[in-house]
Amino acid sequence: MVQATTSRPETELAAGTKISRGDRRRLSDREGFLAWAMLLPSVVYIVALVGLPLLLAIAFSFSDVTAGDPSFDWAGLANYRQIFDDPVFWRSLQNTIIFTVGSMLLIVVFGKVLANILVADFHGKWIVRFCVLLPWTTPVALSAISWLWLLDSIFSPIDWMLREVGLINGNMYWLGRPNLAMLSVIAVHAWRLIPLAAVIMMAGLVAIPKDLLEQAEIDGSGYWRRMFEITIPLMMPLIAVAALFGAIVTFTDMTVVYVLTRGGPTNSTQVLASWAFFRGIEGGDIGQGAAVALFLFPLLLAAAILILRAVRRMDVM
Amino acid sequence: MTAVASVSTNAGNTDKGIEALRRRAIRRHRLARVGVYLAAIAAALICAGPFLWSLITAFKQSPDLYQRNNNPFLYNLPSTRKHVMYLFENTAFLTFVWNTLWVGLLVVAITLMLSLPAAYALARLERPWSGPMAIAIFFVYLVPPTLLFLSLSRLVVAVHLQDNTWSLVLVYPTITIPVSVWLLVGFLKSIPKDIEEQAMVDGYSRLGAFVRAVVPLVFPGIVAVIVFTFTLTASEFIYALAFVAPTAEKVISTGVPTELVRGDVFFWQSLQAATVLVAFPIAFVFNLFLDRFIAGFTMGAVKG
Repeated sequence: MVQATTSRPETELAAGTKISRGDRRRLSDREGFLAWAMLLPSVVYIVALVGLPLLLAIAFSFSDVTAGDPSFDWAGLANYRQIFDDPVFWRSLQNTIIFTVGSMLLIVVFGKVLANILVADFHGKWIVRFCVLLPWTTPVALSAISWLWLLDSIFSPIDWMLREVGLINGNMYWLGRPNLAMLSVIAVHAWRLIPLAAVIMMAGLVAIPKDLLEQAEIDGSGYWRRMFEITIPLMMPLIAVAALFGAIVTFTDMTVVYVLTRGGPTNSTQVLASWAFFRGIEGGDIGQGAAVALFLFPLLLAAAILILRAVRRMDVM
Repeated sequence: MTAVASVSTNAGNTDKGIEALRRRAIRRHRLARVGVYLAAIAAALICAGPFLWSLITAFKQSPDLYQRNNNPFLYNLPSTRKHVMYLFENTAFLTFVWNTLWVGLLVVAITLMLSLPAAYALARLERPWSGPMAIAIFFVYLVPPTLLFLSLSRLVVAVHLQDNTWSLVLVYPTITIPVSVWLLVGFLKSIPKDIEEQAMVDGYSRLGAFVRAVVPLVFPGIVAVIVFTFTLTASEFIYALAFVAPTAEKVISTGVPTELVRGDVFFWQSLQAATVLVAFPIAFVFNLFLDRFIAGFTMGAVKG
């Protein structure tokens, strides 16, 4: 057994070993077993509770399972046909895209700005960092409740300020008008995720070699030039990672929508995730809910592959 | 010290061009300082604003609150603790807090027990499949709860955990394990290999070297994972909403929004008090470990 596995482990471990080859070979034999033993629990857990449910979700989408009648009957493409005929589905798909793209732009741009602020040196940094972390570390459902009250149709303090300045007379009805509601949902969602993006990008900012920036400054390039020609290109991989995380969380999130508008007014903020929830859990039609939810998957996979590929191509850091 | 300084200023005075340049540089520097402070204050206000507003609201009397023309940022009537007390005395808020805490701690424990060895296997025990496996685990993170909650809710029913907080303990590690593995791989790669090799020379087995030499060194990473896992668990909403309906079994993120809203009646002050009471401690703890978290994130992202 020892002899049989010699060739591969040796090539793997050839570089930088301080231990004699004989010892190494025995240890590396054990490594093969250890690697599996250490990895297996996680893999089993994930296969059982992610892989299996994913397959089950696919199966449900082809079935007529409902909350009242959990027996599994093959229904073919009936669920898909039904959701494709439903204008709310197309509305949700469109809203999901607007929601994701809108939030992503805000998150990446303001995340970068915030990261720049946070790496700067100033007094009271601790308290600023604390404030900045709040939106992200607070459970979404709770911060969304705070916003629900901030955007209240009658007592919104934002409206009060606008009235005091004299910009409006009555109320804005932030969550009551289709376009404004969408804007509000996007803004709240971006507000929540910008700190996460900033934290990820901070890591990138810190990693940029200082002498590079100093050299550029000596050579006479100004702040913005350094920003756009050195900092941002060097940070591209981390910006992409931040964007990837943001996109995934945004694409599949329904909490902000659920708490603020419940998809309303008249489905103008309904996204795929919330529509799947209303259909599948509150409406009890599990088959259709699963079909709607599954629609997220190919889009998600495509986005992930695109961004990961972009990161690899740049590969600057 | 003073001698050196005066020499340098004297030298500066000899050349007026340089002096002017320096003054301009100082002025620009001051302007930049002011800019940094303004930006920092603006950022803090935008991020924390809603919570400050919650804090003000929590102590307001209802007649003050529901008066459209009152300045919403001031107490037009004396403040009251009534609504905060209501939260503790007449709602299940403390039950939600307790449920969130023990679910969070159990999930953290399960996550660490599973992800630490897995991350070690991927980072150190270089198998041909460890690269693809790491990517596969990362992709698991991309499978969102919104895709799984319907079938998982059936599974939860099948194991008789529906309407039971334990269902969350069972399911949450699926969200936290992939992220933790990713973070920990980064931390583990930053530890020099010599450490384990030395430990093994000293007579420990590979496993012994991992437990005795590597785990203590990766402690910052473990802390980052604990904080991050707990935050993820406390914020999770969809599974908690889909699996658990009875009041006594709910966690904060679903309990507060559903139990303090009766039909169209919102208990605004109590809701805001709950938000503040939850938000501030979590952000406080997270802030303590932010640097470690950033370190872990970069290592996972860039080297993993």
